[in-house]
Amino acid sequence: MMWIDTIVQGILLGGLYALFAAGLSLVFGIMRLVNLAHGDMIIFAAYGILLITGTLGLNPFVAALIAAPVMFGLGWALQRFVLNRVLGRDILPPLLVTFGLSVALQNGMLEAFSADSQRIAVGPLESASVDLGLVTVGWMPLLTFATAIAVIVGLNQIFYRTALGRAFRATSDDPVTASLMGIAPKSVFAVATGLAMVVVTIAALYLGMRANFDPSIGPARLIYAFEAVIIGGLGSLWGTLAGGIIIGVAQTMGAAINPEWQILAGHIAFLVVLIVRPRGLFPRAVD
Amino acid sequence: MTYRVITRTRTGTIAGFAAIALLIVGLVMPAVASRSVIQDMFTILTLLTLAQVWNLLAGYGGMVSVGQQAFVGIGAYAMFAGVILLGWDPVLAIPLGGLAALALAIPTAFFAFRLQGAYFAIGTWVIAEVTRLLVAQWKALGGGTGTSLPREATVDIIGVDAIRALFDVRDAAARDILAYWLALALATATIAMIYWLLRNRLGLALAAVRDNTEAAKSVGVDAVRIKWAVFLIAAFVTGLVGALVYVQTARISPDAAFSVTDWTAYVIFVVVIGGIGRIEGPIVGVIVFYVLQSTLADYGAWYLLTLGVIAIAVMLFAPRGLWGLLSDRTGLHLFPVRRRLIPTEIRPDTRPVP
Repeated sequence: MMWIDTIVQGILLGGLYALFAAGLSLVFGIMRLVNLAHGDMIIFAAYGILLITGTLGLNPFVAALIAAPVMFGLGWALQRFVLNRVLGRDILPPLLVTFGLSVALQNGMLEAFSADSQRIAVGPLESASVDLGLVTVGWMPLLTFATAIAVIVGLNQIFYRTALGRAFRATSDDPVTASLMGIAPKSVFAVATGLAMVVVTIAALYLGMRANFDPSIGPARLIYAFEAVIIGGLGSLWGTLAGGIIIGVAQTMGAAINPEWQILAGHIAFLVVLIVRPRGLFPRAVD
Repeated sequence: MTYRVITRTRTGTIAGFAAIALLIVGLVMPAVASRSVIQDMFTILTLLTLAQVWNLLAGYGGMVSVGQQAFVGIGAYAMFAGVILLGWDPVLAIPLGGLAALALAIPTAFFAFRLQGAYFAIGTWVIAEVTRLLVAQWKALGGGTGTSLPREATVDIIGVDAIRALFDVRDAAARDILAYWLALALATATIAMIYWLLRNRLGLALAAVRDNTEAAKSVGVDAVRIKWAVFLIAAFVTGLVGALVYVQTARISPDAAFSVTDWTAYVIFVVVIGGIGRIEGPIVGVIVFYVLQSTLADYGAWYLLTLGVIAIAVMLFAPRGLWGLLSDRTGLHLFPVRRRLIPTEIRPDTRPVP
């Protein structure tokens, strides 16, 4: 009974991790870009939403709708003017640029918003729960999980049903051949990063509503997100969800045994998967 | 006609003499410098050593590790274990740090070498996190909150009495001088070892593997063995630095000893800003880092913000770093590793027929 509850909570937590990881998975899958600033971007977007709700008095969900296009623009510009210039066979330059960006963002937010922890208030929804017979789950985790599924379905629709998605998949497989077919990989990359930032905004909304955040917690979120992406396999969004769930369940089970083992159990699950399947569970693209 | 392969250049020789002169200045510095200067120099030298081995790992070995803090932390904790659990002198316990890092590096390498590129970077980071969380369970060494070196261990560290008598300083200052000398020795030995390595067969093989693994294998280079060698050397030296740093601070906690910012982010910045893939790079980088730190010290977060922006700018406009920029313009190499063929004497029997 208690174990069923633990597993269900773990799966729902996995939804949050999948949401953190979906944007990363998109960028990583299309251009092999390791964005070390991804976690800090989530925190940045969370502050953005907080600022909009605070100054305009809007509902957080509406605030996220306003923040999303802004984040798309920032992502597009970042890719167009900075990251595209360092992408290449060598993974080191983009890694280092995003690393610099991560440190700059963290400390910029520290200056702008101070180290005090913040939270996006949503009222009664925060603590409301629903009885599902066997287990009782919070509305918030349930909504997070549903959103993660919706985001992945949405991204997959874009990937497999639109011309843009075809361009994404083509550049992911072989940018040179794709460019012979009239695709401009650099513009495709810019749109992909913009799209990833929209997903980041959604992740930020749930991060901010579910827990306190401050400028320094980005890297810890990043590491879970990366684990989810790598467990899932390069280029597979459903794999990313599976990865998030594996980390989430491992963490809640670890915590059920000993609260100090929560994070450790997640990391160990990651290492075990990587020992068995070095390319993740469902690799679609070749790395 | 016969040829000789040489790497020696006139600039290299001059730089060698300058390095020896600098080393002598460094050795006698405690006689004139204040305690805060000695402490700053200690920080610079330990950072330089970490940067040199990360440069060897990433710049020459092509292994971009984001998990070097695992070796700093385990090295520091092994030294603490030697002092607290075994009752060793802290200075004599420093080699334990290197050995512990080596012991951790072997399973890490078995795991991480299955991963490529970005996966390698993230994999090493996760291993460092796991090590941190496991060490935080080690209650004998303070668990999650950490612990300090016992007073009776720090008062009679080997050599401190002699230094106190020599320079006529207090106990704490004498300990700083000892730590500084050890850092100077470690930095010098590391640079000398890396330079020797790069001029050696291993260095040639390393460059070949980095530039084209398949081509290197086809001429008989054992790429896997070389990666192992580089990874283990880097871990050992990093562990020694970790132990040495915590002999000086005498207080440890898992969060500080396994800090990704302090032991990997700064190190990467130093290497990137100075110039990756060259011995001169980390030296230039550490100077820039120190100048920035001392000028922006009063501005808190602005300092790191600036550092991040500079790193991005360097990657965009001078991907080979500041030293790379200078070296490309002037052709200057202070530590020449390029192999050149120099014709020696023309033997009579091979002289062309007129």
